[in-house]
Amino acid sequence: MSELVVRDLQRSFGGVQAVGGVSFTLCSGDLLALIGPNGAGKSTCFNLLNGQLRPDSGSVRLDGTELVGLPPRHIWALGVGRTFQITATFASMTVAENVQMVLLSRARRLFGLWRPAAAQFREPALALLDRVGMAAQADRPCGVLAYGDVKRVELAMALASEPTVLLMDEPTAGMAPAERLALMVLTAELVRERGLAVLFTEHDMDAVFGHATRVLVLDRGRLIAEGSPDQVRADPRVQSVYLGGEA
Amino acid sequence: MKHRHPTASPLAKVLRPAALFAAMSVAVSAAALTAGPAAAQSAKEPGKFSGAPVRVGEINSYTGLPAFTIPYRQGWQLALEEINAAGGVIGCCELQVVSRDDAGKPDDAVRVAQELVTNEAVDVLAGTYFSHIGLAVADFAARNKVPFVAAEPLTDAITWSKGNRYTFRLRPSTYMQAAMLVEEAAKLPAKRWATVAPNYEYGQSAVSWFKQLLKEKRPDVEFVAEQWPVQGKLEAGPTVQALAAAKPDAIFNVTFGADLAKFVREGEGRGLFRNRKVVSLLTGEPEYLEPMKDEAPEGWIVTGYPWEQIDTPAHKAFVAAYSARFKETPKAGSIVGYITMKAVAAAITKAKSANAEPIVDALAGLTIDSPVGPVTFRASDHQATMGAYVGITTVKDGRGTMKDWRYADGANYLPPDDAARKMRPAE
Amino acid sequence: MSFLLVQALSGLATAATLFLVSSGLTIVFGVTRIVNFAHGSFYMVGAYAGWSLIERFGGTPAGFWGSVAAAALAMGVLGAAMEIGLLRRLYRSPELFQLLGTFGVVLVVQDLTAWAWGPEDLLGRRAPGLKGSIDILDQPFPLYDLVLIGLGPLVLGLLWLLFNRTRWGTLVRAATQDREMTSALGVDPARLFTGVLFLGCALAGLGGALQVPRESVTLQMDMAIVVEAFVVVVVGGMGSLTGAFLASLLIGQLQAFGILVFPQITLVLVFLFMAVVLVLRPHGLLGRPDEAPPTAPATVTVPLLAGRHAGTWALALLPVLAAAPLVAGDYALILLTEVVILALFAASLHLLIGLGGLVSFGHAAWFGLGAYGSALLVRHLDAPMPLALAGAPVLAGLGALVAGWFCVRRSGLYFAMLTLAFAQIVWSIVFQWYAVTGGDNGILGVWPPGWAAGKATYYWLTLALCGGALWLLYRAAFAPFGYALRAGRDSGLRAESVGIDVRRFQWMAFVLAGAAAGLAGGLYAFAKGSVFPTLLAVPQSVDALVMVLMGGIQTITGPLAGAVVFHLLESEVMSLTDWWRLVLGLIIVALVLVFPKGIVGFLSGIRSRT
Repeated sequence: MSELVVRDLQRSFGGVQAVGGVSFTLCSGDLLALIGPNGAGKSTCFNLLNGQLRPDSGSVRLDGTELVGLPPRHIWALGVGRTFQITATFASMTVAENVQMVLLSRARRLFGLWRPAAAQFREPALALLDRVGMAAQADRPCGVLAYGDVKRVELAMALASEPTVLLMDEPTAGMAPAERLALMVLTAELVRERGLAVLFTEHDMDAVFGHATRVLVLDRGRLIAEGSPDQVRADPRVQSVYLGGEA
Repeated sequence: MKHRHPTASPLAKVLRPAALFAAMSVAVSAAALTAGPAAAQSAKEPGKFSGAPVRVGEINSYTGLPAFTIPYRQGWQLALEEINAAGGVIGCCELQVVSRDDAGKPDDAVRVAQELVTNEAVDVLAGTYFSHIGLAVADFAARNKVPFVAAEPLTDAITWSKGNRYTFRLRPSTYMQAAMLVEEAAKLPAKRWATVAPNYEYGQSAVSWFKQLLKEKRPDVEFVAEQWPVQGKLEAGPTVQALAAAKPDAIFNVTFGADLAKFVREGEGRGLFRNRKVVSLLTGEPEYLEPMKDEAPEGWIVTGYPWEQIDTPAHKAFVAAYSARFKETPKAGSIVGYITMKAVAAAITKAKSANAEPIVDALAGLTIDSPVGPVTFRASDHQATMGAYVGITTVKDGRGTMKDWRYADGANYLPPDDAARKMRPAE
Repeated sequence: MSFLLVQALSGLATAATLFLVSSGLTIVFGVTRIVNFAHGSFYMVGAYAGWSLIERFGGTPAGFWGSVAAAALAMGVLGAAMEIGLLRRLYRSPELFQLLGTFGVVLVVQDLTAWAWGPEDLLGRRAPGLKGSIDILDQPFPLYDLVLIGLGPLVLGLLWLLFNRTRWGTLVRAATQDREMTSALGVDPARLFTGVLFLGCALAGLGGALQVPRESVTLQMDMAIVVEAFVVVVVGGMGSLTGAFLASLLIGQLQAFGILVFPQITLVLVFLFMAVVLVLRPHGLLGRPDEAPPTAPATVTVPLLAGRHAGTWALALLPVLAAAPLVAGDYALILLTEVVILALFAASLHLLIGLGGLVSFGHAAWFGLGAYGSALLVRHLDAPMPLALAGAPVLAGLGALVAGWFCVRRSGLYFAMLTLAFAQIVWSIVFQWYAVTGGDNGILGVWPPGWAAGKATYYWLTLALCGGALWLLYRAAFAPFGYALRAGRDSGLRAESVGIDVRRFQWMAFVLAGAAAGLAGGLYAFAKGSVFPTLLAVPQSVDALVMVLMGGIQTITGPLAGAVVFHLLESEVMSLTDWWRLVLGLIIVALVLVFPKGIVGFLSGIRSRT
């Protein structure tokens, strides 16, 4: 059982508060959605959690360990995986090699100067790719993949490090509806099977309300609602600032 | 990138090693081809020469320093034509020259020297301008046992601390030129001296010899300021100002070329030379004096080459032949190039052989008559006794020249044979 | 007191020239994101053109200033022509191509200028009416320098007006901030860029023509000024006009007072200053992070192409190479030895560029340090050759360990400039530390001992050591280490978030590349018998870059082919013609424009099409 406790996280850019006093708790088995209009501070929030940005104040604790101040790679090593809104993979490598890199990194075998990287951890990498439905494209260069496929590779890379907490920034952006559904189903399965704690942002409301166990609503840097999908859907403040006429 | 075929795996492409293999094979065969003996460079006139030609490999910084090396090249070309017109060397053989550029880099010079020796089968090496390139070729010459006549490098090391059996040097060294100037400087009443010199071996050794030799003659002088501008990047204003601030009675200058022109302009503009004597190395050479035209400094004590005023018959003949051949007046480099080639020819003729050891033996102690007078390559340290002209700069008819000059024979400014021999490494 | 004031004024006069030249460089960079190596060439040709015009028309003040203006305009036209003919095709290329393409122009212009104006220094007329000096607190100060001092701020003011009060200037500023924006504004970016090149090169030409009354015009002016202008632009913050002005002032004063305090180390002072500024303020004095140049990863994310079968091919090639002494003569063997050494040198640079996306502009420092490491061991400790050769990669690796720690903290062009600064510092130390390194006279007599003295033996030794080192580099490239390096290049963000310490890998790669280059340098020292500071100088670094580019940066075997072709070309062309710089420059430009993938990439392109 893992627990990510976020308390009063704040960050401003040049006097403009991007994230102001966000607090929440993420536990194993949670599939927690973070939603809000554009510019609400979702990506900033993610960057604060994985160490990309440093908060002005507040704390992020993983099972009691303070993460604030640690560089991203240390936070990763403690079990916090991440996927990016704008996909970031190693474009000059094949799909399988992308996953192998994570496995090599996790096994602390990156400083090897002799044995070819492509021959190490290939089987486990293929198994992970199979899990996300990318095994057939394992030997294609990552740089030529379709957008949705890259997202799936990113998920496989995130899973390769066997994280306890997974941060997914818009995991289904750019995907066709059927693909979206498949990815969310897969994510929900992973949460159940492995006891993962997942925090994700999403624009697609079907994905959010169809799969999330809980929902956080961010507006202008502040949390304005938290609860089960049904509770959030019914919250009048959420409806006014965010869901608007849709609800 | 965008057009890459989507199914091609990067690791499936194995073509690159094939391409490399091809390239390396081409390299091997190209290298093998260039290894073949090259055709003689000059057109032979059948019947004129009875013996096999003797070949000289000539290396200089033609592209790096064309302003100084092209007059030098014309000098040796004139000499070569005269030598062959007069029946070649040893009375029977054409003298051929294979000339190469060293790009101003010592490692290129060493490679070119190797190419000249192995591919062009040259019997003697000659040339070089920069001291470090001269030293590199001298080291190569010693290792490969090829005679080398260093024409222009000034460093003392080439005949003294790094001297070797196969290397001889023609031009008066830094030490010799400094000694010639010290003789004049010691006569001045000046007690407070400042120095300005480019910050590399030539400038450093010129200043240190000048200081040492002047102190020997005049224990009462003191050196109150020194400036070490980067060669080619003299910050003229600040340098001039810094020298003036030390209020010296006289200045010893070693800068040359573009730095010198800047220094003179800025110094005149800021009154640095008012009521001060300046003693200056090489400034009387036409290479440096002529570009300054009517702004050439007045009254500096310099070493140089007042070619238009030297009226010995031999020198007049040289000037006439040179001007007729190249439609321009000679520079100091011209006379050095000319004498270099004449010395090489004389050594071969004296040795009666194109082989290295006899030529080296012939060069040691060889005396030739040159346009500037007799020049001897001393057997003790392989330094030639070619001198320099010491005089006063002046402006005449809108151009810089020298007056009140005399020829300072190099023989009088060299340490005695014993002392010189001691400075050389044991053979 | 009055002395210090006049010294400061002298510094200001230096600063004015520096600012004129570097303002053009920084404007061009700001808009086009190209570091124009040929900027110094426009300065030089501007001085030559100014000299010719002033000789003819410069007798009167109107004639003089008219000549200066005409020379500046002429350089502007040439600059616009270069934009249309060359730069326009390079905007989307990696910065390595841009640097080398414009460097090719430098070589071409050098030879053309020598051909047009002759090799001799030309001392021009003084400015009419400004020949004398005036006394400032009893210290004479040249009038012309005073005019220059006024000209610096004047030009800054005019440029400010141009950029803030005209539509064209507003567009240029917009383009500086966001290149894509200009097309949205309905402006033809091509014409805007041509105009910017015109302005930038006209400023360089103006700076050059204004030197005519101060100093003689020479063929060495271009490289002398461009390196200093780089320093000014980098210190000021790339693309920042005010930054360039401030940096010019600081460097002018640094030089004016530096010669009083440290007359002996003027050579390194400026580069030390730049290194310190960059370490403390990564984007220069007034540069902003968002104006940072695009880093290599944005442009080079190509797969590393080299098959597993490279090993088989290498094994097939090795006997051919090893058998070479049976057929080749002495000189051919020496050429081959050099080619093998340079192949290792180029491959070590390729480790940084091809895998790490780190364009080093000072790689010669490690080659040279290796050579000096060997030579110093021989000279001062009388070390036998094996020990001296072992010392080469150690010294070079240690040097790279120190420099690398600073360099990998920056990326893109700032990394390139820092490596250049370190290389210049190392070069200056070697050049000036006469007692230990022999200064510019180098160290002689570094020959192999009797058992290895034969040309064939030394060739085999070189082949064995370089082959071994190349094999190690090859393995490392495909081992996790090489992959981690590429990961950092492809996406630093992702690499950090999967536990890869990108900087540390870059640092280690820097050390490994330095050590490999050092071994090459050590072998080179014994091949030549002597070492000189030229081994660590800028041209040596550029040679290595050309070799890598020639072979093709996307392939692991490319640099080897590049080294072979480049060295044979260079040695052959040099013995055939005095115009080798022209030939080499044209070849570089052609490579950049027509064969951007290099020889190996080009050949395999043909193979895969047929």
